[in-house]
Amino acid sequence: MSQPFRLASGGRIERSRVLRFEFDGRHYEGHPGDTLASALLANGVRLVGRSFKLHRPRGILSAGPEEPSALVRIGDEPNCRVTRVALQDGLRAVSQHAWPSLRHDFGALADRCAGLLPAGFYYKTFMRPRALWEHVWEPALRRMAGLGRAPEGPDPSRYDHAHAHCDVLVVGGGPAGIAAAVAAGAQGARVILAETLPEFGEVADRDALAALPEVRLLSGTTVFGLYDGNYAVAVEECAAGRVRQRLWHIRAGRVVLATGAQERMLVFPGNDRPGVMLAGAVATYLARYGVAAGRRAVVFTNNDSAYRVAALLEQAQIAVAAIVDLRREPGPAARQRGHGTPFFPGHAVVATAGRHALRRVWVQRLAEDGGAVEGARIALDCDLLAVSGGWNPNLQLFAQAQGRLVYDGRRAAFVPAEAPPGIDCVGAAAGEFDETPPLPLWLVPAPGRAFVDLHNDVTADDIALAAREGMTAIEHTKRYTTLGMGTDQGRTGNLAGIGLLSQAAGRSLAATGITTFRPPVVPVGFGAIAGRARGRFSDPVRETPMHDWHEAAGAVFENVGQWRRPRYYPLAGETMDQAVRRECLAARDRAALFDASTLGKIEVSGRDAARFLDRLYINRWDDLAVGRCRYGVMCRDDGMVFDDGVGTRLGDNRFLVTTTTGNAAAVLDWFEEWLQTEWPELEVFCTSLTEEWANATLVGPRSREILAALAPGLALDRAAFPFMAMREAAVAGLPARLFRISFSGELSYEINVPAECGLALWEALIAAGRDYGLVPYGTEAMHVLRAEKGYFMVGQETDGTVTPLDLGLAVKTADFLGRRSLLRSDLARPGREQLVGLLPDDPGEVVAEGAALIADASASAPLAGHVTSSYFGPRIGRSFALGLVAGGRARHGETVWAAADGRLTPMRVAAPVFYDPQGRRRDG
Amino acid sequence: MLLIPCPWCGRRDEAEFRYGGEAHIARPADPAARDDAAWADYLYLRDNPKGLIAERWVHSAGCRRWFNLLRDTVSHRILAVYKIGEAPPRGEFGGDP
Repeated sequence: MSQPFRLASGGRIERSRVLRFEFDGRHYEGHPGDTLASALLANGVRLVGRSFKLHRPRGILSAGPEEPSALVRIGDEPNCRVTRVALQDGLRAVSQHAWPSLRHDFGALADRCAGLLPAGFYYKTFMRPRALWEHVWEPALRRMAGLGRAPEGPDPSRYDHAHAHCDVLVVGGGPAGIAAAVAAGAQGARVILAETLPEFGEVADRDALAALPEVRLLSGTTVFGLYDGNYAVAVEECAAGRVRQRLWHIRAGRVVLATGAQERMLVFPGNDRPGVMLAGAVATYLARYGVAAGRRAVVFTNNDSAYRVAALLEQAQIAVAAIVDLRREPGPAARQRGHGTPFFPGHAVVATAGRHALRRVWVQRLAEDGGAVEGARIALDCDLLAVSGGWNPNLQLFAQAQGRLVYDGRRAAFVPAEAPPGIDCVGAAAGEFDETPPLPLWLVPAPGRAFVDLHNDVTADDIALAAREGMTAIEHTKRYTTLGMGTDQGRTGNLAGIGLLSQAAGRSLAATGITTFRPPVVPVGFGAIAGRARGRFSDPVRETPMHDWHEAAGAVFENVGQWRRPRYYPLAGETMDQAVRRECLAARDRAALFDASTLGKIEVSGRDAARFLDRLYINRWDDLAVGRCRYGVMCRDDGMVFDDGVGTRLGDNRFLVTTTTGNAAAVLDWFEEWLQTEWPELEVFCTSLTEEWANATLVGPRSREILAALAPGLALDRAAFPFMAMREAAVAGLPARLFRISFSGELSYEINVPAECGLALWEALIAAGRDYGLVPYGTEAMHVLRAEKGYFMVGQETDGTVTPLDLGLAVKTADFLGRRSLLRSDLARPGREQLVGLLPDDPGEVVAEGAALIADASASAPLAGHVTSSYFGPRIGRSFALGLVAGGRARHGETVWAAADGRLTPMRVAAPVFYDPQGRRRDG
Repeated sequence: MLLIPCPWCGRRDEAEFRYGGEAHIARPADPAARDDAAWADYLYLRDNPKGLIAERWVHSAGCRRWFNLLRDTVSHRILAVYKIGEAPPRGEFGGDP
């Protein structure tokens, strides 16, 4: 018979429709409205998984997010809680953590050796011999560790993000939450009501709620984080459609936490057997899904709430073999139990039996002080043990938002104390339970393994061991035993763990306290967090106006910040080294073209522009003539190099400064920070022009001839347009600013045109250069060319600890940001690392960038510095490098040794300029 | 995430802002007159109180203006915002501005 445990009636499922699904290859049926858990139970499936550490058989404990045991893989996704998976037609679930099969799991040997695997065993067992760690213990442990298998391919699902604002966010759609939403909505407040379950409860207020247009109902939505300023983050399970989940960012004026309460487990020997279930979950399966979790139940409780469950079971014609209550004098609810139901007040379940499913439990009387069990053991046949260990208010969100919890001994639970501003708890979350107090007995004192944390297989003995070994702070115990560190976050067992630790440490539970709650409250997939920000949407991509041309030319690109820049342009069959060599030689011998559009460009204007720049740079600007350019370097006020570039005076009160590609935004921020916070009296305006201008840099000895063909009206001879000058002219009919600047060491023109003209300029230069052997070159050749000239690169030769003096730069005497720091004794001391050139003894060997430099080849040689740039220089015909070497400028001619790739390479220290040291080629 | 009341744009998410460290650290008018210890104090030493601190923020994804803010580092409550160059408000703080 299909679904033998489905009741004839009841539940909020759609019985007229049948959904077919598979678990471990076997076929089952369920109905719309089922979870995978309720459908499995309806089909009598008890054994669902194997435990994390000991591979013990486990079933379904709960009906909600607290589920510690029943985790399965669905498709590629591991660790899905069966209690949270809505049943769908064709769903295929597979058990995890068992081999070769769920029923016959080889890993269960671990359970036989459990005595060898106490808390912290991996800290103790695998210490020695030390040599075995890397090759034996660690690989073996890695194979055994972890739960489930990570998916391999990209997540095929689609996720959305949504942002919302409201006056009141109500978390939890039970009676208290709905009442709060109705009350707030009736006053005209904008309300969001978020409920984890796919639908709201059947309560009278539902219609009242529907009549309030400003109340937005989010069902299937779990608020999992509550941050400063009532900023809540929630994940919504979307109905079948294109989007699987939606992540909500909600900013609320007030937050009402109607998150309810969580039932706790009792800790007794054999409490982890499939068929042991939280009493509340038994009721949920009956009422919501019309499923009997067993045919013959024993109810085991320390509080009144489980008596309602016993009554529900009896109403559903399910035999209640006994009610066992730890309390000798149960509350008033006990009087309403069924006539003839065997009743054991002051008793405890002391053992269970059944290999893959519960068959029997044994009950024994509890001694008056709760410290022992006594008398005869009574055997009770049953296939379901409904357990209630009392209730905890769900205060994860409250605690995340810095709400303070206190332990209430009467209710035996942590309850909210001081609420943060704008946050309220209502209903069960506020600790409003109407039953008589539970009996907080944290462990049934009977022999056998009793589990505190079913997810991570933490037993009561493990807690005692941790306490004996000195881990008496709850945060230490947690980390040592892994108590509460599973994906269920120990919802059902943590309090018992804290209680046991308190007893072992001889102090009150209030003094022991509770571990810190951190988001997320429930596991949230990375897919939902990423949303649409995946692949090319993960970060903006910036392309220059000439990008399409580079792509068509077959350029290989590299990412520089958000920019995509051509790295080199390989011809058919060329390697990167061959292409870079060809591009370098073209620049040195003929002509080459470089897309420098990504350089940061900031226009600095206003009455005090020159004064302002003078305060920021190590060099002067006030004496620069209009139409001339100057190289400039900036420091932070600590004296370390921050950025460099070329400034051009466009007018008396107007400068254009360039920045490195990566620092364009940071430099603009830097300018604005000083202007706004320190020097508001200066009249200066900063405008970013980076994306307004395209820059095609024409380089090489033939560049003047190529440019002459395109700019017939412009005098190009050396006197008329000298090095470090700017001209405005038409180039290929386009309005252009031309800068005679050189980062390659060759005669060079940086031709700037409005961005929309960039491609036209580039194509005109390529066409005009064809007869001169002009080739495009990328960032790799640019690096080689600049390094041959000894030009340092911010971020390559500098790393935030390098001063202009270390780089051999001169600084002016007037004050600028960083100047006072350069006079500090530590920055002026001899022996600081200085920029040098380095020539490997073997002219064919290119040493790895970043290689450490040592003063001699002995093992005890002190560190002398490191290699910052290293290339093969095609025109100088050998390998070379730049590096920072202690006292390097006084060590030219000495040999240092580069340590990289497990060997030492001798290199001669030299001046950092390897090509055209007089600058004749640059000056053209 | 803090909800920061930008004096120019109103309340916005913290993600729109950049933090600028402790406020009211003026750059010395004559750096050369400072000895190394005093200079290092200006450069590096900052208060790290448990409680009220005046700090600088810039609305970098908004109006791009810098401003000062008075915040409780324990509760993260923002007690006041005020413009650059203004002194921190004293005495009674009227709660969130």
